[in-house]
Amino acid sequence: MKPMSGVSVTKGAGDAAPAADDLVVLSNVNKHFGALHVLQDIDLTIARGEVVVVIGPSGSGKSTLCRTINRLETIDSGAISIDGKPLPAEGRELARLRADVGMVFQSFNLFAHKTVLENVMLGQIKVRRTDKKAAEDKAHSLLDRVGVATQADKYPAQLSGGQQQRVAIARALAMDPKVILFDEPTSALDPEMINEVLEVMQQLARDGMTMVVVTHEMGFARSAANRVVFMADGKIVEEATPDQFFSNPRSDRAKDFLSKILHH
Amino acid sequence: MFDFLEGYDLLGAFWVTVQLAVYSALGSLIWGTLLAGMKVSPVPLMRGFATAYVNVVRNIPLTVIIVFSSLGLNQTLTISLGADVIEDINFRLAVLALVAYTAAFVCEALRSGINTVPVGQAEAARALGLSFTQVLRLIILPQAFRAVVNPLSNVLIALTKNTTIASAIGVVEASYLMKDMIEAEAQLILIALVFAFGFVVLTLPTGLILGWVSKKVAVKR
Repeated sequence: MKPMSGVSVTKGAGDAAPAADDLVVLSNVNKHFGALHVLQDIDLTIARGEVVVVIGPSGSGKSTLCRTINRLETIDSGAISIDGKPLPAEGRELARLRADVGMVFQSFNLFAHKTVLENVMLGQIKVRRTDKKAAEDKAHSLLDRVGVATQADKYPAQLSGGQQQRVAIARALAMDPKVILFDEPTSALDPEMINEVLEVMQQLARDGMTMVVVTHEMGFARSAANRVVFMADGKIVEEATPDQFFSNPRSDRAKDFLSKILHH
Repeated sequence: MFDFLEGYDLLGAFWVTVQLAVYSALGSLIWGTLLAGMKVSPVPLMRGFATAYVNVVRNIPLTVIIVFSSLGLNQTLTISLGADVIEDINFRLAVLALVAYTAAFVCEALRSGINTVPVGQAEAARALGLSFTQVLRLIILPQAFRAVVNPLSNVLIALTKNTTIASAIGVVEASYLMKDMIEAEAQLILIALVFAFGFVVLTLPTGLILGWVSKKVAVKR
């Protein structure tokens, strides 16, 4: 498969050789949905400990970009590597890599037939082969950390959206991931529940977790991001620090986008 | 009024019916689950096999399958499934045929159950690093089964009644005894009623209990 050789070739050619602390590297990634070219020549490097917020209008490809990083979406060409290893094809290797990449979904996707505690224990026991007691202790402490310790024995459907999303974050954290991908984590939440989730994410960012966050929450981007990536029509249009981006966007597309969301 | 029942082993015959139903139910549940797993697997060969199997088997009358298992498997290929008495051989052949047939329906019921599980459940499971079989076994199938308890109970009831076809290859279950009695006794309507009642006694609780179970285990979303 082509992408396998991508990294070493790039290294050999000497252009953009991944530095030691580059955790996620996408180079020249392209993807089509039928005739729609959703990702166009995407180059993006995420350093260890970095919080990258991806924003942009609907349909700009930002969720797709997020999902390609753990291969929930396949790519047509280009290369993606995580911690120096190219993303493997479907199989055992890919499963192992996914265990190191946490994912938080827009619609929470907690396992509906399992309790909150079981949701947080499952990956530890079945993938990490942790023993049950240790997994349970860790699950309890993570649930405590995200503020839903009292809900451990309930089923996901009995929790509010905000609580479910915090459990989903705990479930991702239980795997000790190298990076966590957040795919519009607050977009399905009632307004009053958005903050409780953002606070947990902000705390994670402060603790040094590497995060890729696709979101419409500009406040979070401003306060927690090291870097803002602005996407439109399948391309990365602009990359800047939050300050630069929000106070002085360079591209017209970004200016237009910001003027629509910030003035009302 | 029920003197005509004397000298017949009614309970024994129904016990054979129950045994046929229970063994076939277990077998078809396992084989049907495997087929459903194949049907959603990423391997095209497995998907093709499961699809072909279901489409062929569910369109052949059960009588043909059961008679084939006796004439084809046993008498032509001399497969006896580890039994040496003819009664046991026929019983096992009948179970094999019932499993082969019913599994196609179990598979289809389960597959419709799999369709009720939101795709996000599998994505979240894959994102945790679970393998395909783990995702199926731990996340998809448990939720799919809970969604199809009622359809599966229909399959089970149909299976219980289908066991009567085992009489075609000489398994002495309830309907076999009924034919015997019809030939020897005069109370035709009463005989029919007795056997009809016997089957209702077997299947009615099945439907009621599984209906209750269905509500009990339903996954709330």
